Amino acid sequence: MGEETLDDGNRRNFLIKLTSVVGGAGVAATCVPFVASMNPSSDVLAKAETEVDLSNIPPGGMHTVAWQGKPVFILHRTPEQIAASAASNGGLDPQPDGKRVKNPEWLVVVGVCTHMGCVPNKEGPGWECHCHGSQYDDSGRVIRGPAPKNLEVPPYHFVAENKLVIGKA
Amino acid sequence: MPNRIIKWIDHRFPLTSFVKHELTGYPTPRNLSYLWNFGFLAGFVLMLQVATGIFLAMHYKADIALSFDSIQHIMRNVNYGWLLRYMHSTGASAFFLVIYIHMARTLYYGSFRAPRELLWWTGQGLLLLLMATAFMGYLLPWGQMSFWGATVITNLFQATPFYGDQVVIWLRGDYTVGDATLSRFFALHYLFPFLIIGAVVIHLVALHSVKSSNPSGIDLAAKDNIPFHPYFTAKDFYGLGIFLIVFSVFVFFMPNSLIEPANNIPANPMQTPKHIVPEWYFLPFYAILRSVPNMVGGVVAMGLSVMLFAFMPFLDRSRTPGGGRYRPVYRIQFYLFLLVILVLGWVGYVPPTDLTIIIGQVATLLYFGSFFFVPFISKAEERWLMKRGLPAEVTALIESETLEIAKRKLNPRRRKGEVA
Repeated sequence: MGEETLDDGNRRNFLIKLTSVVGGAGVAATCVPFVASMNPSSDVLAKAETEVDLSNIPPGGMHTVAWQGKPVFILHRTPEQIAASAASNGGLDPQPDGKRVKNPEWLVVVGVCTHMGCVPNKEGPGWECHCHGSQYDDSGRVIRGPAPKNLEVPPYHFVAENKLVIGKA
Repeated sequence: MPNRIIKWIDHRFPLTSFVKHELTGYPTPRNLSYLWNFGFLAGFVLMLQVATGIFLAMHYKADIALSFDSIQHIMRNVNYGWLLRYMHSTGASAFFLVIYIHMARTLYYGSFRAPRELLWWTGQGLLLLLMATAFMGYLLPWGQMSFWGATVITNLFQATPFYGDQVVIWLRGDYTVGDATLSRFFALHYLFPFLIIGAVVIHLVALHSVKSSNPSGIDLAAKDNIPFHPYFTAKDFYGLGIFLIVFSVFVFFMPNSLIEPANNIPANPMQTPKHIVPEWYFLPFYAILRSVPNMVGGVVAMGLSVMLFAFMPFLDRSRTPGGGRYRPVYRIQFYLFLLVILVLGWVGYVPPTDLTIIIGQVATLLYFGSFFFVPFISKAEERWLMKRGLPAEVTALIESETLEIAKRKLNPRRRKGEVA
């Protein structure tokens, strides 16, 4: 290697930049396992599905079941409740009732307020969240803020007339 | 013999000179009032929290099946466990009280102004660390308020653009606040105090570079400074005595007054308590969160409400020294701001009704207005004060300070030494 090459400032700058980039990429790659370790572990992911027996829920009654550690409301709606829900499109996040149920008799929604994650209480028609005063109707649609969105409909499917599985559509 | 040991050390480590320059001989303005005690008190409470916390950790179990009971174990079976726990839970409140008074003093006397901006900003960073530490510690007893407080606050991160849901799940390590969340909060609650200690060191280095402000707001000449020891060690320890009396009243006679009764019910993810409230020190910020009808807007407003203090050095345009002491309008503004904070605290505490929502929204506007109007009001106030006639010394001081500020401006020519 001649002395000219050793003196070559461009060459040195290039090498410094290249080393910095490779070193930076190494640091970033090293961060991945640390950050990823904070994501849900395999056993948490494994409790992703819940099977529910509907035969004990009378019309107008509601059951709360745990799915992924979250409460899921299963409301056995009466014909009046179905009619009232079908009559409107909700409030702040309009959506027809038909899009939120597979069988109009059964409303399945995640019982977690879309505002701050509190569990709303069944009160009068619909639900009311005591944390910040949001209200939902009997289709789980938000009719008074501060919640921005309707109660989430989890993926679920009926395996029998009186049995459904939450977690997979 | 001790002299010889110190000599031996001084040869290898600047022990004597450090103690002389930074501790005993540290030059301190002679006119500091008791409001200047609160930095020392904050340091004391920090040490108290670290000490009680480490000993509590020897008996605490960070597992959702065991943690609630392990608190009862500490309260009933561990020798003096009740005392350690009540000192720690009361200490959290004491920490915030002391820090809020410390901040209020800085705001009132304008101590955040040049050249103390970095001192103020490191303090702002300390406030954020303190809030994070307190929030994570509150989950550990695994009561209803612990659980729902952590649920609500981790949910705030849903406001993250695009990745909201993933960020919340990542923070919790689960779909809901669960065992993974509790364990990591415990680990971080143990770590953060040491970060705070590091940040306090930076805060103190900045302080010792610019020195303490004082009630007159005038940078005193060297002749008006007195050594820290014995004058301010004595004053600080006297203040500590008063503080410890108040602290002991809470620890020994009313330790549960600062603990929400609902937190004596084990966490239940299926049932939110009828009325969830944060600890008193978060109430004003919580009220701001609730006052904004839009969720993302509420999160942003709450973040801003904490961070706006950092902008004070830019917002306050007045050059009149002494903050509230010589500035009647600023003084009124300061007290109105305190009143707004108290109203917000009350709004955050009561269950939301139509009336409290309106009061909260008005108070939120006033809170942000207090910051927004500071530049205009402070400038106008300065003009008014000058027209009314300031004492000649103060006018001279303002002029010299203007010069000082101009000198401190980042001027590339000055940095190269072209201008003396």
